[in-house]
Amino acid sequence: MPANYRLLLLVFPLMLIVFVTGIGLSTRAGIVGGDNVSAADAKLADGLAAWEQVYSVLTSPRCINCHTATDYPQQGDDRHRHFANVIRGPEGKGVPALNCVGCHQTANADSTGVPGGPDWHLAPLSMRWQDSNDRPLSSSAVCRTVTDRSRNENMDGPALLKHHEEAALVLWAWNPGRRPDGTMRTLPPLTHAAFVAATRAWVDAGTPCPRGR
Amino acid sequence: MATYQLNVNGQTKQVNVDPSTPLLWVLREELKMTGTKYGCGISACGACTVHLAGIATRSCVVPVSLIGDRKITTIEGMGQDPVGRAVQNAWVEKDVVQCGYCQSGQIMSAVALLKATPKPTDRNIEESMGGNLCRCATYVRIREAIKSAAEQVT
Amino acid sequence: MLRSLETCSEGSVNRRSFLRASAVAAGGLMVSLYLDLPAVAQEGGPPPPKVYPPDAFVHVRPDGKILITVNRLEFGQGVQTSLPMILADEMDADWSQVVPELAPAADVYKDPLFGIQMVGGSGSIAHSFTQYRELGAKTRAMLIAAAADRWHVSPDQCRTENSVVYGPTGKSARYAELANHAARQPVPERVRLKNPSEFRLIGKKVPRLDSRPKCDGSQKFGLDLDLPGLKVAVVAHPPVFGGRVRMFDDKEARNLAGVKDVFEIPLVKGSGVAVVADKFWTAKQARDRLKIDWDLSGVELADTSQLWIKFKQLARTPGGVAVARGDDNSLDRIPAARRIIAEYEFPYLAHTPMEPLNATVRFEGNKAEAWVPSQFQTMDQMAIAEVLGLKPEQVTFHTEYAGGGFGRRAVIDSHVQREAAMIARRLRGTPVKLVWTREDDVRGGYYRPMHAHRVEIGIGADGMPAAWRHVIVGQSLVAGTPFAAMLIKNGVDETTVEGVADTNYNIPNLHVSAHNPTVNVPVLWWRSVGNTHNAFVMETLIDELAARARVDPIAYRRKLLKPEAKKLRAALDLMAEKSAAWRNNLPRGHAAGISCHECFGTAVACAVDVSIENKRPKIHRATVALDCGLAVNPLTIESQFQGGLGFGVTQLMAQGAITLKDGRVEQRNFDGYTPPYIVDAPVTVDVHIVPSTEAPTGCGEPPVPVISPAVVNALAKLTGKRYRSLPLTSI
Repeated sequence: MPANYRLLLLVFPLMLIVFVTGIGLSTRAGIVGGDNVSAADAKLADGLAAWEQVYSVLTSPRCINCHTATDYPQQGDDRHRHFANVIRGPEGKGVPALNCVGCHQTANADSTGVPGGPDWHLAPLSMRWQDSNDRPLSSSAVCRTVTDRSRNENMDGPALLKHHEEAALVLWAWNPGRRPDGTMRTLPPLTHAAFVAATRAWVDAGTPCPRGR
Repeated sequence: MATYQLNVNGQTKQVNVDPSTPLLWVLREELKMTGTKYGCGISACGACTVHLAGIATRSCVVPVSLIGDRKITTIEGMGQDPVGRAVQNAWVEKDVVQCGYCQSGQIMSAVALLKATPKPTDRNIEESMGGNLCRCATYVRIREAIKSAAEQVT
Repeated sequence: MLRSLETCSEGSVNRRSFLRASAVAAGGLMVSLYLDLPAVAQEGGPPPPKVYPPDAFVHVRPDGKILITVNRLEFGQGVQTSLPMILADEMDADWSQVVPELAPAADVYKDPLFGIQMVGGSGSIAHSFTQYRELGAKTRAMLIAAAADRWHVSPDQCRTENSVVYGPTGKSARYAELANHAARQPVPERVRLKNPSEFRLIGKKVPRLDSRPKCDGSQKFGLDLDLPGLKVAVVAHPPVFGGRVRMFDDKEARNLAGVKDVFEIPLVKGSGVAVVADKFWTAKQARDRLKIDWDLSGVELADTSQLWIKFKQLARTPGGVAVARGDDNSLDRIPAARRIIAEYEFPYLAHTPMEPLNATVRFEGNKAEAWVPSQFQTMDQMAIAEVLGLKPEQVTFHTEYAGGGFGRRAVIDSHVQREAAMIARRLRGTPVKLVWTREDDVRGGYYRPMHAHRVEIGIGADGMPAAWRHVIVGQSLVAGTPFAAMLIKNGVDETTVEGVADTNYNIPNLHVSAHNPTVNVPVLWWRSVGNTHNAFVMETLIDELAARARVDPIAYRRKLLKPEAKKLRAALDLMAEKSAAWRNNLPRGHAAGISCHECFGTAVACAVDVSIENKRPKIHRATVALDCGLAVNPLTIESQFQGGLGFGVTQLMAQGAITLKDGRVEQRNFDGYTPPYIVDAPVTVDVHIVPSTEAPTGCGEPPVPVISPAVVNALAKLTGKRYRSLPLTSI
C-alpha cells in the first residue's frame, strides 16, 4: 500500500473523532455563533438557553422542596428536611394522622405561617428533581425527567406550558405566603411571567434538553 | 372580626372572631373547650390535633377563615366514637399517660391511624405517630396501647 | 453522698428582701437538711411542722369518698396516685373511693426534709413515704377510736378493712359514718405502721388515678384555667438576657380589638413590655405588632463559639478542688502509652415541657390569689407576695396540674410568677393569666448549662484506671443566690461535679476540680442536673477503658465498682441477667451498649440494642434494672424509667442544643430545638426492679443519665468512633 494511503487510514479515524467531539462539545455549550450558524441551530440555542431559565426556577426552593427523591419533603430556603417527621406516604400525601392537608390548607395561612394551596402533596418520585442526598439533579437530568412522557403524566410541550401557566401549585410559588416569623418566603429567581415566557421559548424550540448526565 | 358557624362534635356553634384566629384558640377560648392543647403553635408537636372532615389536622395553624363547613371533631367528642372509645380505653388500661398534656393530640392521631389502618404494623404506628411530641416520652406505652386498641376494634 | 438540692439560677432579684424571706422559709432549713440533720428551728425562722395534722391531708366525705391531699405537684411522675396509695394502705381505705387533690401552698405541705413546698430532687416518695404512712395510720387509729368509743369497746378489739371498721360481735361501721366522730378524736402521737407483709397497695402495680381525665380532654392544666373576667397577658422579652426597654411604640398593637393595656414591666433582669388582652391570640398578635427599641448597653452578649474557646481553655487548668484523693502526681508517672486525654462538650439544653409556662394571679389590694402549675410553691408564693407588697400568707396559692416540668417549673427567682404578679398589680381586681409562648420558652433561658470537660486518665498495668484527673467547666446553678453558701464548697458548685466527684468506681487517685464561670445566660437544673453530663463522661470513658483492656464492659464495671456500691452492683447484675439473651443474639448491624449510674439514691443499669438507620441511632430495645429500695408503685416506676430513658435521648438529638450568637438564642421553637419523637426513643423498654425492703429512693431523675452513654457506647462498636461532643449532629 502506498505510504499516503496508510497515512489516510491513520488520520481518518482521528478526524472522525475530532469531528464527533466537535459536534458534542458544540451541542453542550450551545453554538457560539458565527456567520455560518443555521437558523435551526439558533432556535436550538435559544431553546436551550430558555431551558436553563426554566431550570433555575424548578430548582429553586419553592418548587424543588416538593420534588424530592426521598420519602420526605423539604422546607425553607436551605431546603432542610421538613420538621415533625412528615413523610411521603404511598401517594405523596403523607400517612394517616400526618397527611399534608392536615396542616396545609387550600390557601396560605399567613397568620400562622403555613403555606397552602389546592391539594397540597409531594410530586411523585417519577418527578424527582434531586438525588437521594438532597442534591439537585443536573440541568440535563431534570430536563429529561420533565420531558419524559412516561413520567410526567403524559404532558407534551404545550401541556407543560399550560401547566406552568395555570396549575395552582405552580402559581403558589409566586404567592408563597409568610413564614411563622412573619417574613415573606423568597420567590423563584424569575417572575411568573418570565418563567412562562421562558417555558414558551423552550417549548417552541421543541423542548430540547442539554446533553450530558 | 367575622362570624362563623362551626360544626363541632356534631353541634353547630357560632363564634365571632378575627378571621386569622387559629381553630385551636377558637376552640379553647371562644368555646371553652380546653381538651385541645397549645404546645408549640407551629404544627411541630401535635398537641392541638383535631379531626377536620375526618382528617387529623393541627388546629394551631388553621385559621378559622379556612374551615368552611367541614366537620370538626375534638378529643371531647372521642367518647361518642367507637374507635375513639377503644383508644381511650386502651390508653387507660395500659396506663399510658404521665403528665398527660400531649395525650389529647396523641389520641386524636391514633384514632385517625386506626380508622385508616385498622391493623397497623409497628412501622405504621411509628410513621403515623411520628409527629406527636411527648416530653415525658410515653412512646413505649403509646405503641402498646395502639396495638391493644386495634385488637378491640373489630 | 451528694444530694442534689433544688437550687436557684443567677438572677439579680431584689436581694435584701429576698434573702430575708428565704432565710425564714428556706435558707436556714436548707442548712440543716443538707447536713442531713433533723430539721431544727433556725434563728429568725419558724421550723417546719413536725406534726402533720391528718385533717390537712385526709377528708372522709359522707358519701364515702376519701379526698387525699398531695403535697407535691403532679407533673407526670404519678405522685397523685402513689402518695395517696401509701396513705390509703395504712388507713385501710377503700382504694376505689380515693380522690387525690393537689395541695395549695401552706406550711403543712412543705417537704419534710427540704423545708419548702416543692417537687424535685426525685424526693416525692423518698421524703414523704413515712410521712404519708403515718398520716394514714393516724387516721385509721382515729377512726378506730371513734368506733371503739361508739361501741364501748377497746380499740384492740377492732380491725379495719376497705373503709370499714369491724368490732367484736359482728359490729361494723363505714368510715363515712365515723368521719365526724373520728375528727374529734385526739391525734395519736405515735402509731404502729404496717409490716410490709400487710401492704395491700404499696408494692403493687396500681394504675394511675388521673388517666381517664387526661384521655378525654377534661383534665385542666394551669394553661386551661378560666375565671370570670380573666384577661390574658404575654410579655415581650429582650432579645438578649438583661436587655432593657429604651422605648416602644404600641400604636399598632393597641389598634387590635380586645387589647386592654400595654406597658413596660421590670423583669428579674432588665425589662420587657407586657400586653394584656381579652384572649391569647389577640395578645400574641398585639405583641407581634410592637415596635421596641432595646437598650443593650452594658449587657454581656453571650456567644456559643466564644464560650467554647473560653471554657476549653479553662478546662486545661485545674479549678476549685472537689475531690483530691490519693496522689494526683501519680498520673504523670504513668507511661504515655497508658494515658488517655479526653475532652467533652455539652451544650445548653432547654427543658421544653409540653405545657408552656404560665401563671394566673388576681390582686385585690390586701390579698391575692394565684393559680400556678408550680414545682416550687413556697418560693413562688413568696415572690408573688413580695411583688404585691403582701405577706406570703395573704396569697392564696393553688397548685394546678402541670404538663411536665423537668425542673423548669422550680425556679428560685420565680421569674414567671413575678411577671404575672406585676401585671396583676397593674390590673388590680382582674385575674390575669400570663402565658409564655413556646418561642418565649425556647429563648427564655434557664437552661441546663453548657459544659466542657477535660479528663486525663492513667491506666494501671491491670487495665483499671489508676489515676483520674478531671476538670469540669460550667456555670454554677446557685452562685449569687442564698443557696451559694450551702452548695458551693471550695469555689465549686457541687451540682457541677455530682456524678464524678461521688463516683462509685474505685479509682485510687482521683482529682476532680471545676470552674464555674459567670455567663449572661440564666441556668437551671434539668432533670438529673449534673448527672446529665457527668454520667455521660464517666460511662463512656469506663467503656473505652474496658475496650482497651479487652474486658467485657459489664465485667469491667463489676470489677471496678467499690465494694460498698451495693445498689449499683445489684442493678448491674439484674440488668446483665435480664438482657443476656438478646445481647448475645444481636442481628447484624446491631450492637449492645452498657451503662450504669447512681444518683438521688437510686442505682440504675442499662443495656441498649442499637443500629444505625437513616444516619441516626435507632434504639430497638432497652433493658433497665434499678434499685430504688422499696418499690412503692412498680407501675409508676416502670413508666418513669421508660419515659426517663426517652427523655434522656434529648441529649442525643441532632437539633438538641441551644446556641447563642451575639447574645441571641438561635433557636426559636421545636423546628430548631427538637426533642425526641417516637422514632427517636427506644421502641421497647423492659424494666426490672431489684427486690428490696430498704427505704424508697427516687425514680424521677435516675433513668435520665444512663441512656445517652449506653447508646453512644453501642455506636462506638458500630462505627469505631468515640463520641465526646453532644448533641450527636452526625454519627
